[in-house]
Formats: sequence, structure tokens, C-alpha cells
Amino acid sequence: MTHLSPGFADPVLDAQASFRAILEAMSRPGRIQRIEARITPPAPLCTAAAAALLSLADADTPLWLDAGEAVAEWLRFHCGAPITPEISAARFALACGTAPSLEALDVGTDEDPQLGATLILQVAGLVAGDGWRLTGPGIQHEHRLRVLGAPAEFTAAWARNHTLFPRGVDVLLCAGDSIAALPRSVTIAEG
Amino acid sequence: MTEAGYNFAYLDEATKRMIRRAILKAVAIPGHQIPFGAREMPLPYGWGTGGIQVTASILGPTDVLKVIDQGADDTTNAVSIRRFFTRVAGIATTEVTGEASIIQTRHRIPEKPLTEDQILVYQVPQPEPLFRLEPHRAETRRLHALADYGLMHVRLYEDIARLGHIAKAYDYPVMVNERYLMSPSPIPAFDNPKMHQMAALQLFGAGREKRIYAVPPYTPVRSLDFEDHPFRPIRAPHACAICGSTASYLDELVTDDAGGRAFICSDTDYCQERQQAPKAAAE
Repeated sequence: MTHLSPGFADPVLDAQASFRAILEAMSRPGRIQRIEARITPPAPLCTAAAAALLSLADADTPLWLDAGEAVAEWLRFHCGAPITPEISAARFALACGTAPSLEALDVGTDEDPQLGATLILQVAGLVAGDGWRLTGPGIQHEHRLRVLGAPAEFTAAWARNHTLFPRGVDVLLCAGDSIAALPRSVTIAEG
Repeated sequence: MTEAGYNFAYLDEATKRMIRRAILKAVAIPGHQIPFGAREMPLPYGWGTGGIQVTASILGPTDVLKVIDQGADDTTNAVSIRRFFTRVAGIATTEVTGEASIIQTRHRIPEKPLTEDQILVYQVPQPEPLFRLEPHRAETRRLHALADYGLMHVRLYEDIARLGHIAKAYDYPVMVNERYLMSPSPIPAFDNPKMHQMAALQLFGAGREKRIYAVPPYTPVRSLDFEDHPFRPIRAPHACAICGSTASYLDELVTDDAGGRAFICSDTDYCQERQQAPKAAAE
């Protein structure tokens, strides 16, 4: 370990504010929220993905990631989360490069669907009011969301994930300090 | 100023993270009960330990908290929970529904429609709607997995066969997003329609039973019924003795020992607001 940048400046209130942004994102799928906390995570980790892991991951949540040793070191130190090479054993999966297939993640069981993993997906950008048409719980009529740099064939994979309901994977889309969520209950139609 | 020696909002950070993860999964699977490691709180089970733990995990310094107990802001339970959070989190509290960002409730939904900027936290004594029909948790979990809710339909049918109507005035079972059968907590059946497509997020915490569940905003919530016996919210056929409302849920008061009765609004803030604006209340 040579140099490790700090985590949240205020571990209590920054985690609370980040969680509320994530809760708002999860409650209103496709609406983009901003993470207020000022952190400088090691590249390629973005602020929003870092804040999500700092506020949610700990020793109880095995973490899979493809972001390299510097990020693994940073998260191991600040979250205390065990890093697992087995993506199917992870509660949280962090994808900064080529996204893993949703099928590779734990989707929970019919009796315990809450064991389904959360995929934190770093994308190039999030734009509201355009692109995908989202419907489902949390959405009054329709939310529009354009995801720049979304994985190839994502909407088809998402449709398969959605048919597993109540099992399934939930996704947090992160770009810079912006975050939007796709809970398994949501339906995506191409715009 | 917050009490020295406590973490912000009483709970330690590891507990908050665990509860926050449970809340996020609860929102992703509307109506499904998520087990969580409920902590011992400085008040007994049955006084809202589940609701308090949910509130403590979402609360921030800029939040304004309202707490109601059966609709009233001034009962022991509501006053002591408000004071608890004032002491351990230093947050502002209010009795006005429209000013609150988080409303913790025991057994009522405010009469004033909630907005997208509010979160409603319910205190839940018994999260399992099939509890009185199937005592084994292992079995109810399977019934939820299979979405097999025949037991509850039979129970409601038996009421109709015996009494001619569904005799459930509170804790009336609902289907959330047409998938999970859910206990709305012991709110009056009168309040059930307010849950349907509500703009605010609804979170439910059961401390003794160690379960958290949620209804996201704008989610269909249907009270179970039959085509020939549609769901009917029950309300005492009177006007409030104080504000005259004929639309709000009423409490019955015994006024003397000669059989005297009065009906007043259960939602004290709603009643107060109508008293202060008598012109608007006239019609």
C-alpha cells in the first residue's frame, strides 16, 4: 500500500446522504440522483459507485469487482468487504469495464428473493427524458432514461432478469456523481 | 444539540448499513418481507421499535419528523418518539403533515395526501398477513414464494358465509403490485385506498418480528375482495364534533356515564387545520 485516498469526510452523514440518494433512485427507477459527498476514489471508480459501496458494503457483503488492484485495495480498507473472485457468491458486483452477464449473478430464491445481488454498473453517462422507456412500481406513467455506454444487448438481458421476478438482480447505474437505479420490478422498452 | 455519547440517530453505522440494504431490497421487491437483525431499542417491543429503526436508518440532519399514534400527534408514544429523535439526532420535528419529510405512524395514514418529497414509516406489530391462518413461518414463506393466497380468500369467504360481509375493520389484507399479499399494519380499512398509487414511499418496520417491507411510490395496492362483495372502506356515519368533517376517519369518544357519545377526527393535525380555516371548512 503506497497511497490511499480518504473515504467519506464524514462517515456518518455522508453515508446517510448517499443512501438517501440511492433510496430515492431505487424508489423512482430511472430518475437520476446526485451524490453530494466529495470523495476522490482511485481510477476507474467514479464518485457515485464509490459512495454506493462506502454506504452499503461491509464485512457481511462479499464483493466482486473488475476495477483493478488499486480499487480493490481502497474498498478493502474503507468498507472491509471481502473481495471474491466468484461473481455468483457476491452480494455486490462492481463492473467498470465489460459488464458481466446478469445471469452470472446470484438471483436469490423464490422464498428469499432478497438474496439477489446488486450490480453496480459504471457507464459513460446518464441522460434523463430520452432513450429507454421505464414502467413499473415507483413510476407513475413512464420514466425516460438514456444510458450512454450501456452494455450490448442489455435490454434483452434485462427482460430475462425481469421474468424471474421476484428473483432477480438489481442494478445501480453510476456515471460521475450521477446515479440511477433499475430494481428488478421495472420493465424497460427501447425508446 | 444532540445527546453526547450516541452516534447520530442512535444506531451504530454497521446496523444502519444492514437495515439500509434491507430497505433497498424491500423497495425492489414490493410487499415482500425482508428479515433483518432488529436491535434492542431503548423502549419495549410493541412501542414502535421496528419503525424507529427504519426511521433512524434513513434520517438526516435536514429532515423534519412527524410522528403520529392513531392519527394523534400528542399521545405518549408519538411525543416520546419525537423527543427521542430530537435528542439523538438533533432534528426538527413538526405536527403539520405538509411540513414533514418523514412521517412515522402507528395505525393511521394522514388524511392529507402525501407528496413525492415525503416518506411514510409504519410501525408494524405483525408483518405476516397469513399469521392467524398458518402458524408455521416455514410454510408461510413457501406460500408467499408460490403466491398461494387461497387461505386468505377462504377466510374472507367464511366471513361472508357467516356474517354476510367481510368482518375486518383494520389490518385488512392487500395485494401489492398483484404479486405479494401484505399486511398494511393495523391501519383502519378506511385508510387502505390511500396506499394505492401513493406519491410517497411507504416503509414498514416490525421490530419484534424482525421484518422490513416496502411499497414504492405509484404502486398498485388492492384490498382483497370478491366481485359480488367489493371492498368497502368503513367509516362511522357521523360528522366530526369539532371540525364537522364528513370525509375523515372518526374516533368514538364516551363523554359521560349516561351513554353520551361524540365522534371526532382521528387525525388531529387535519382537524386543527380545518378549525383554523373555518371558511374553507364550510363546504
